[in-house]
Amino acid sequence: MAKLILLLLKLCILFFVVDAVFEDQVGKFDWRQQYVGKVRFSHFDTQLQSSKKVLVATESNVFAALNSRTGELFWRHVDKTGPEGNIDALLHHAQDAVLVVGNGRMLRSWDVNVGGLNWEMLLDTGSFQSACLVGQQGTVKHVAVLKKTVISVHYLSNGHQKWVENLPESETVDYQTVYSGGNGQVFVLGVVPHSHITIVVYSMEDGEIIKQVSVEAPWLSNIPASCAVVGQGTLMCVDSTTMSLNTLDLHQQLQMTQIPLQSLGLEVDPDFHPSLVSHQPNPAQKPLSEFFLQLGPERYLLLQLNNGQIVTLRDFKPALLSSFVTTGEKTVAAVMSPKNKTACSINLFSSDTGRRLLDTTLIFTVDPNGGKPERLHVQAFLKKDDSVGYRVMVQTEDHTLTFIQQPGRVMWTREEALSDVVTMEMVDLPLTGTQAELEGEFGKKADGLLSMVLKRLSSQLIMLQAWIAHLWKLFYDARKPRSQVKNEVSIENLSRDEFNLQKMMVMVTSSGKLFGIDSKTGEILWKHYLDNVPKNAAFKLMVQRTTAHFPHPPQCTLLIKDKDTGLATLHVFNPIFGRKSQVTPPALPQPILQSLLLPLMDQDYAKVLLLVDNQYKVSAFPSTKNVLQQLQETASSIFFFLIDSSQGRLSGYRLRTDLSTEQVWEVVIPTEVQKIVSVKGKRPNEHVHSQGRVMGDRSVLYKYLNPNLLAVVTESTDVHQERSFIGILLIDGVTGRIIHEAVQRKARGPVHVVHSENWVVYEYWSTKSRRNEFSVIELYEGMELYNSTVFSSLDRPHAPQVLQQSYIFPSSISTMEATLTEKGITSRHLLIGLPSGGILSLPKMFLDPRRPEIISEQSREENLIPYSPELIIRTEWFINYNQTVGRVRGIHTTPSGLESTCLVVAYGLDIYQTRVYPSKQFDVLKDDYDYMLISSVLFALFFATMISKRLAEVKLLNRAWR
Amino acid sequence: GDPLEAELSGFSVPLEHSFELDVAKFQSRGSLLLKTGREPSVSLTQNQLSEDDRSKLKEVAAVDGLYRIRVPRVSLQADRQTEWQVDGYLIAFVRACAMVESHLSDVITLHTDVSGYLIGVSIVTLPGACRGAEVEDEVDLEVYNTTLSIMAPVNAPPETALFLERMEQESEKKGKNPQEQKSFFAKYWMYIVPLVLFLMMSGAQDQSGGGAGGGAANGGGR
Repeated sequence: MAKLILLLLKLCILFFVVDAVFEDQVGKFDWRQQYVGKVRFSHFDTQLQSSKKVLVATESNVFAALNSRTGELFWRHVDKTGPEGNIDALLHHAQDAVLVVGNGRMLRSWDVNVGGLNWEMLLDTGSFQSACLVGQQGTVKHVAVLKKTVISVHYLSNGHQKWVENLPESETVDYQTVYSGGNGQVFVLGVVPHSHITIVVYSMEDGEIIKQVSVEAPWLSNIPASCAVVGQGTLMCVDSTTMSLNTLDLHQQLQMTQIPLQSLGLEVDPDFHPSLVSHQPNPAQKPLSEFFLQLGPERYLLLQLNNGQIVTLRDFKPALLSSFVTTGEKTVAAVMSPKNKTACSINLFSSDTGRRLLDTTLIFTVDPNGGKPERLHVQAFLKKDDSVGYRVMVQTEDHTLTFIQQPGRVMWTREEALSDVVTMEMVDLPLTGTQAELEGEFGKKADGLLSMVLKRLSSQLIMLQAWIAHLWKLFYDARKPRSQVKNEVSIENLSRDEFNLQKMMVMVTSSGKLFGIDSKTGEILWKHYLDNVPKNAAFKLMVQRTTAHFPHPPQCTLLIKDKDTGLATLHVFNPIFGRKSQVTPPALPQPILQSLLLPLMDQDYAKVLLLVDNQYKVSAFPSTKNVLQQLQETASSIFFFLIDSSQGRLSGYRLRTDLSTEQVWEVVIPTEVQKIVSVKGKRPNEHVHSQGRVMGDRSVLYKYLNPNLLAVVTESTDVHQERSFIGILLIDGVTGRIIHEAVQRKARGPVHVVHSENWVVYEYWSTKSRRNEFSVIELYEGMELYNSTVFSSLDRPHAPQVLQQSYIFPSSISTMEATLTEKGITSRHLLIGLPSGGILSLPKMFLDPRRPEIISEQSREENLIPYSPELIIRTEWFINYNQTVGRVRGIHTTPSGLESTCLVVAYGLDIYQTRVYPSKQFDVLKDDYDYMLISSVLFALFFATMISKRLAEVKLLNRAWR
Repeated sequence: GDPLEAELSGFSVPLEHSFELDVAKFQSRGSLLLKTGREPSVSLTQNQLSEDDRSKLKEVAAVDGLYRIRVPRVSLQADRQTEWQVDGYLIAFVRACAMVESHLSDVITLHTDVSGYLIGVSIVTLPGACRGAEVEDEVDLEVYNTTLSIMAPVNAPPETALFLERMEQESEKKGKNPQEQKSFFAKYWMYIVPLVLFLMMSGAQDQSGGGAGGGAANGGGR
């Protein structure tokens, strides 16, 4: 008995091996990069001369502190997505950073040093207009928040409201700006468009209205865009219709003084709206009397207001960007001007005289594959000799931040475009030069015996040379300490590794910047900015030619489609080097409805891309004679489908030999009842190893493996929790036949779907039980296969058997994907991105509709887990341990050269790359595999046999003598 | 309930087909009688294929043309049939050769959505393959041998109702004879606990061996 129990316990130990990383494996096969998004506000922490923090608030609703020496994150706070978490304003004073979030819904104060929350205040409703810090007698203690109808002042120390006042005549007056000059008064500026400005002055003490005046200004409609407060509280506005500056002393005057720009000897570019930039070094003090006036896209003027007179200090022409910066008591102006095509120079100028400061030139090299500079963030500091030194952070159109030190040394760059990856592909790296040489030998046409022999000899010689070089490197590296041996990855020495585990990640971001990233290290190897990408573009990335066709370079095609007009462009590039291909893509004058990559190849091994336009005409790329001929031959077997979700219409077409199309099927789902939310096909590179499943009684249940199957998910238009439902349709994409139609009642989206092999897994919200549920559909042909050699949608008359089961999942999910391996032998896992940032690897075994309710001998034989309604989340299933991925939006899986291994990239705000082994590493020896032991045992056995053989011989001989 | 009423609540829509060498041209094939109500059903009356049509079908089959059918989009719900109007068709196809070689034996399925609207139609032939077999006898291509059905969406298993039922049954069983239902651990805990303790004490040394063995065993199992 005891032995039996012992055996049982041992079995337990054997089966429940923890599937997780060891501490020393952390970061060995995986990496994570954290991003913040496109910067909207930034402040340098200036409390201490040695401070290294840059505070950034971004359009992705992230507030973070960057290390200005390295570009790494000190801390990061990720708020809700969408308008709820939108950061309206960032105010920074000493060690407090005040954020207004969600259109004035929240007021938060953060401690800059540690990134902790000081306090948080829920504000009254009302749309946010403006906010400013209010100083008094040299100290800043309050923050004023202006909303559409109300102004409130809060203590900076604890967020409590000091006073709140309704704005007078807020129905007619559009209040836009709040300003304080540090003298115990708060100015609220509002405008009645095409009539007048209203100025309301509040007392800082109790919120009483001290003064309320109206000033005629019929040309003004937007104060922040055309006005600024300068000097001793003078409102300076620029009027683009009369080309004049208008000044108004907020304290005394009741009328604007107009100063025509011509009187200053200035000309404005036509069609340019001039703007003003002023600077208030400290909220407790008056703004400077100097200000910038931008007169054209490349022209800035530094002006000074001197006793009501405007003096031109300096004319910057050409100048791209300008900015004021204060350190200590000194304020300087930084101006960026173009130098030549590839570089810009930045100089400092004294703000009160406009004189150029000596030795302050800084060169910013413009990346030819990047965007134009968009904003300039300057950090100034006082040097030992009391002169001003500075560093700049340049923000370019492609969301890149570049931090530069004098005289032009780039300290770091952050590619913030990567915080919004839209789609990606992983491309095999090319073979090494020597391998390619060998391949090339077979690729070329034979030209004579002698030359072939010579070629063979030369390539063998090259290989020998490479091998010796490799040996030498090994020997050389072995003598160095391990830490110094670094495999520098560069674009030149990229080559495929033994198991094809290292690949090129080609990532497409919403800003239109493309990246090539080494999957092993996460290093960005190339980047390319497409500057003509529309704002609301949809992207589709296709690999037309892989690296397998040496000497033809690999080729990727990116389809960029404007969602509004449907017009599309193609960008063809080499995924390894990022260079634009010589191949000129066809011009697409018509809106594109559908694109499909055919398995057909042209004579250069590029797969054929078909584009269907809104006239249902088809164009091919590449469109060589060879391709058109092939298309004509195979036209009758090329089917495609179109989906119009606004009309609920799914329709199928067949290609004709003249590249026109004919409609062959149509399914219409009435939009009054339900709308199509997603359509998922199978991945074309998926392999399924086993055709069926062996049952308990040794018979085989064959899978229904239809590569053309589409899973269409619909949601009901009725959102009432009793009547809402989710529909699942399985449609054959070739024949339009509805294979299966099911509804999940009392359920609601968002629905996440994975469709692979013979199964569909989807997740939804159950309104009845108020929880997330998973459901799995599996399709089987039955005990016999209709046609085991080939699958044709046109010849499968019998409908498959459908099995379905549902489960409860304890968390909501962000995204879902299935693992993929080379040959499909390895068991499948589902990779589930959770809102918490974890990525869960859930074995598909648990989502199996054949899990029995009641355990029988047969189900035990089949290794089926008995059904239980809950799916549990086991912590060791998290493949990213503590490396959480912020706002995970997509997971990309790709097979490696090893059957056991699948490469995974999760992207969202962050990017995380790792490898997963769904069935453990059955084809790889362990890291700590004891080679010594096994070889010594082998040798020992070998010698033992030798000796015993000898002994046996001697014994035999002795016996024979006897 | 009333049979007369059920008969009254039916209406008919045309079933059309097209087999052309060039542009699709739909002609009447028969009419579908749809019976609405709680359990909709469908029946079909169809014409025979004329001499001309038969030869045309064979002609189309010879060039791998398509045989298409279409039905109008209608709702099977009783209250909507009066305002029935054609606002589009549902189309499906088979290869014309399959139609010929199966001697016009086809299976037509109409699919409805939850509210009883027709959303799709599908047609397959039995057998489905085109083997290039010649159909000599013209009579084989005269009369359709159609199997017709109408399919509404099935309800996906909402949850765990069955499981909960079973759990209840089991707990009832347990309530009846608690003595017999005692689990393995409940019975032998006095042996197991010291053993586990002993293993934990001694397990510290050969942990690595066990782990490696486990990995191998699991890998081998696939």
